[in-house]
Amino acid sequence: MSDTATPEQSAEVDDKSKRDFLFISTAAVGAVGTAFAAWPFIDQMNPAADTLALSTTEVDLKPIEEGQSITVVWRGKPVFIRHRTAKEIEDSESVKTADLIDPETDADRVQKPEWLVMVGICTHLGCIPKGNKPGEKKGDFGGWFCPCHGSHYDVSGRIRKGPAPKNLPVPSYSFLSDTNIKIG
Amino acid sequence: MDTNNMHPIMKWVEYRLPVFSFLDHSLGTQYPTPKNLNYWWNFGSLLGLVLVIMIASGISLAMHYTAHIDFAFNSVERIMRDVNYGWLIRYIHMNGGSMFFIAVYIHIFRGLYFGSYQAPREILWMIGIFILLAMMATAFMGYVLPWGQMSFWGATVITNLFSAIPVVGDSIVTLLWGGFSVDNPTLNRFFALHYLFPFVIVGLVVLHIWALHIHGSNNPTGIDVKNKEQDTVGFHPYFSVKDLFGMGVFLMFFMFFVFFAPNFFGEVDNYIPADPMVTPTHIVPEWYFLPYYAILRAFTGDFLVYQVISLGGLLMDAKLAGVLAMFASILLLLFMPWLDGAKVRSCRFRPIMAMAFWVFFLDCLVLGYIGGKPAEGIYVTIGQFTTFYYFFHLLVLVPLISRLERPKPLPESINASVLKAAE
Repeated sequence: MSDTATPEQSAEVDDKSKRDFLFISTAAVGAVGTAFAAWPFIDQMNPAADTLALSTTEVDLKPIEEGQSITVVWRGKPVFIRHRTAKEIEDSESVKTADLIDPETDADRVQKPEWLVMVGICTHLGCIPKGNKPGEKKGDFGGWFCPCHGSHYDVSGRIRKGPAPKNLPVPSYSFLSDTNIKIG
Repeated sequence: MDTNNMHPIMKWVEYRLPVFSFLDHSLGTQYPTPKNLNYWWNFGSLLGLVLVIMIASGISLAMHYTAHIDFAFNSVERIMRDVNYGWLIRYIHMNGGSMFFIAVYIHIFRGLYFGSYQAPREILWMIGIFILLAMMATAFMGYVLPWGQMSFWGATVITNLFSAIPVVGDSIVTLLWGGFSVDNPTLNRFFALHYLFPFVIVGLVVLHIWALHIHGSNNPTGIDVKNKEQDTVGFHPYFSVKDLFGMGVFLMFFMFFVFFAPNFFGEVDNYIPADPMVTPTHIVPEWYFLPYYAILRAFTGDFLVYQVISLGGLLMDAKLAGVLAMFASILLLLFMPWLDGAKVRSCRFRPIMAMAFWVFFLDCLVLGYIGGKPAEGIYVTIGQFTTFYYFFHLLVLVPLISRLERPKPLPESINASVLKAAE
């Protein structure tokens, strides 16, 4: 107790609302400040600048024959590039979008119909589907088949059957020339 | 504690930091322990022993391990071939993980059978579940470190679970990875966290033991201590000796695997260096995660339980439902003290609940079996049924049976039950 205020005097001062305000505003500023201070320690876990710098890959399409697929590495992930045959293009385009789990037309998934470019990672839990190499199981729809939990993709990379929720994702890419693409 | 008989140095220390009386009250003659504890009560101290072994062997391994994708696999092989006793220390650490989970699952089922989670031990029980979660995170990250095929693909599948979260899922996965796939930043942070988490577990264990010592151990009859003189004995020497005996037996079991079947619990594929371009045909987690893995995989579009909880697929997709169910399967255990409404703790006096317990135990074993099988044919159906039953037991059977069953008459006291058994 201070020696300038007797108990009787201090009891008369009603500063409860002032004290509540000070308490709450101090705590609020403290909480916001702590959150700002914590952010660098969370964000350091996100991809670093050098990781981001390696995020494009160029591919020469010339050696890929019709009906052939290759796998290239982009951002540490496999990317499937398929030179589709006329029949495969026709098959993909003729599917009704209403029948699909994740409705998307074939035209939305390609820039040039003969070249299908997509990330070869199953949208279920991240395995690499089979079917990009000759002789591998291609699933019930002639595209790709993920052996981990049994997802079937068609020749447009769209999910047709199994636990995966989405079509194989199409990365952003651009044609540098007729036979050269840059992914990323 | 009688300080008069102490050595002068002990007395000097005791006066300044009462460490001797603290030990005597927590593990010694002054800690009253129900005298009817059976061998199922050995597993708490066994778990403490395994934790110490894991930390000691882990720190030794960390002195030789390199957390870099180009060197990790080879540094582990170097530990196996070149480092003095490296093979022994690594096999102890590898099998120690399995021993940890064997002991913790027995410890948890012990608690479930004898009603150890009931009032006033709810917080004790809940801290235990948090220890289980911390153990699972530690084990998962540790399994990634050797950077074999199963390490890599296990990490890929498990981190991808978080992509099921709506809106922010993909950002969370990128944050966990520190890149666009499981890669060097991922390995590095997993090593840092794998080193940290055991000490978090130590902290939780301290809380667990603190909470235990407030009301003392439950016991096979589940009735409270009524007369300290008659119902309890000092922890030391009675249970310290019994625990030491249990440790001897357990270490023989442990060391059998270390010396004669060191890769029994492991996967052959993890001796193939990680290859991000090739998925193994059959990804399986370590055995102690198999029941949860079975629950995760049970949720497919046509699973009836999924159709019901997602309102016919409106609320969420099957992938998210599976992830939520997997986490719920553990988090639900936190609510055991309230799901179980019985006034009597021990299943010894609750024959119907005891039966339900054993069916549930069997259900968990079948889930584990299914988790190790490919997701096809009859395995899917069995997996879905056992997943349904897991939740049916916890959410329907336990609340109903515990509130409707009339328990058998309880013994008068712990002492009376011991004397009766001796007759």
